Amino acid sequence: MARRVMIKGNEAIAMGAIEAGCRYYFGYPITPQTDIPEYLSAAMPKVGGVFLQAESEVAAINMLLGAAATGVRAMTSSSSPGISLKQEGISYLAGSQIPGVIVNMSRSGPGLGGIHPSQGDYFQSTRGGGHGDYRTLVLAPSTAQENYDLTMLAFDLADKYRNPVMVLGDALIGQIKEPVELKTYRKKLKEKPWALTGAKGRHGHILKSLFLADGELTDHNWMLAKKYKSMEKEVRFETYRAEDAQLLLVAFGSVGRILRTSVDILRDKGKAVGLLRPITLFPFPNKAVRQAADKAKALMVMEMSTGQMVEDVRLAAECACPVDFYGRPPGSIPTPDELAKEAMKIWRKRGLK
Amino acid sequence: MYFDTIIAGFGGQGVLLMGNVLAYAAMQAGKQVTYMPVYGVEMRGGTANCTVVVSDRPVGSPIIHEPVTAVVMNRPSAEKFGPMVKKKGQVFVNASLVKQGQFETRAKRVSWVPTLELANEVGNSRLANMVMLGAVVQGSGVLTVQQLAEALTGALDPRYHKMIPANVQALEAGASFVSEQKAA
Repeated sequence: MARRVMIKGNEAIAMGAIEAGCRYYFGYPITPQTDIPEYLSAAMPKVGGVFLQAESEVAAINMLLGAAATGVRAMTSSSSPGISLKQEGISYLAGSQIPGVIVNMSRSGPGLGGIHPSQGDYFQSTRGGGHGDYRTLVLAPSTAQENYDLTMLAFDLADKYRNPVMVLGDALIGQIKEPVELKTYRKKLKEKPWALTGAKGRHGHILKSLFLADGELTDHNWMLAKKYKSMEKEVRFETYRAEDAQLLLVAFGSVGRILRTSVDILRDKGKAVGLLRPITLFPFPNKAVRQAADKAKALMVMEMSTGQMVEDVRLAAECACPVDFYGRPPGSIPTPDELAKEAMKIWRKRGLK
Repeated sequence: MYFDTIIAGFGGQGVLLMGNVLAYAAMQAGKQVTYMPVYGVEMRGGTANCTVVVSDRPVGSPIIHEPVTAVVMNRPSAEKFGPMVKKKGQVFVNASLVKQGQFETRAKRVSWVPTLELANEVGNSRLANMVMLGAVVQGSGVLTVQQLAEALTGALDPRYHKMIPANVQALEAGASFVSEQKAA
């Protein structure tokens, strides 16, 4: 029987990583994700793994690169300013096609910002974040359970595509404590013929992101582009009371969960409002949004930022219906009632009945 | 079924543990539940609080601006959270440290629980938090004292398991106090 435990969102990430076979963690403390290294500092030695507190975020991401190059499952975690520091390493992981899991329990910015929840790292996460023409897969959990499940998925996707995968939560998703059903990870890990395991009895492998020969870098970039395109089949999203919705709300992560209650409030008042919650931010659920835009009279994006994902929703909707927006910069977390009121403003503005 | 509460007091009074035990018991009772510790720039010796939401439906927001219930263990918490409680809500006040007229609230129902006195009767003033938790479940009906008692093994670190019988006594003392108040 599955075991239910009451754990913090951050602990769920750490437990999911261990369950998925991650045995190498490199990190550096920063609020609000320090529960992850704290948990792993005790748990990793027990499973024969390595917990290493690096001297900086830059060191940690490069340790991840080195470890993952040998074919093992490895992870690092941080929060917004620390994730900015890791971007060079993430770009190198992408360029060298080395899989790795990076957790961003984001806080508010820009700069040192504050420790409040924020969704202001959407662009950084979904556009690659570092230099060069690359993408990371981005998973956006909204509950402690999803933290656990999606962390396991992150390792599978990283290996499948030989690509860095970002788990993007925020302070709320990291600090919340909720029941989590623990599962047994049963997948058999596939061989990684590209890994650097010592070239005894075979030719050596090279993992690199430097391509100087004529046309070599062009080919490399085209190959990567095809790979990112092929990730479209990994799209995941959730809908809630969306079937007959005239106004469809679109939100991810913590706002996505808060809006479930807003939808219930509005449905109790007889308003046909639903919710679409992207779970993969890259690849973005373009088709789902496009189909929703055909069915609903209006879409409304809500974010804890002044507007980032709304751009992807507008691109995906292809002007099939109006796309409105409500944003909340860091400082306070919107309540279900407040968001329901904002939705009603759009309901009236668009003349819905 | 829906219940939410903000539990607040000085750091060291065990307010986070109260929230943890309540949330754990709610999980064991098959409810949807979230626990959210105070989140901000905190300092040693300052105030602490947590929010617990218990529901039959998935919990949207783990943070509540207008709680149905507030549990205030000291005066600064009463002053801060008393006024936020809904009109139809309930405030549980630690009568050992907070006096009448020291805070404002719209809430119709205010329960005054002499937690320290009752905890001393059980034999340890540090059980004041469990006395209050017993009073909260009895007064609100969110769960039973029995359900809380059963949650202690899971919610407490094994180091403290020898303290469980005393904690159960404290829960019962708080619950009995509220029942007697109702009867009177």
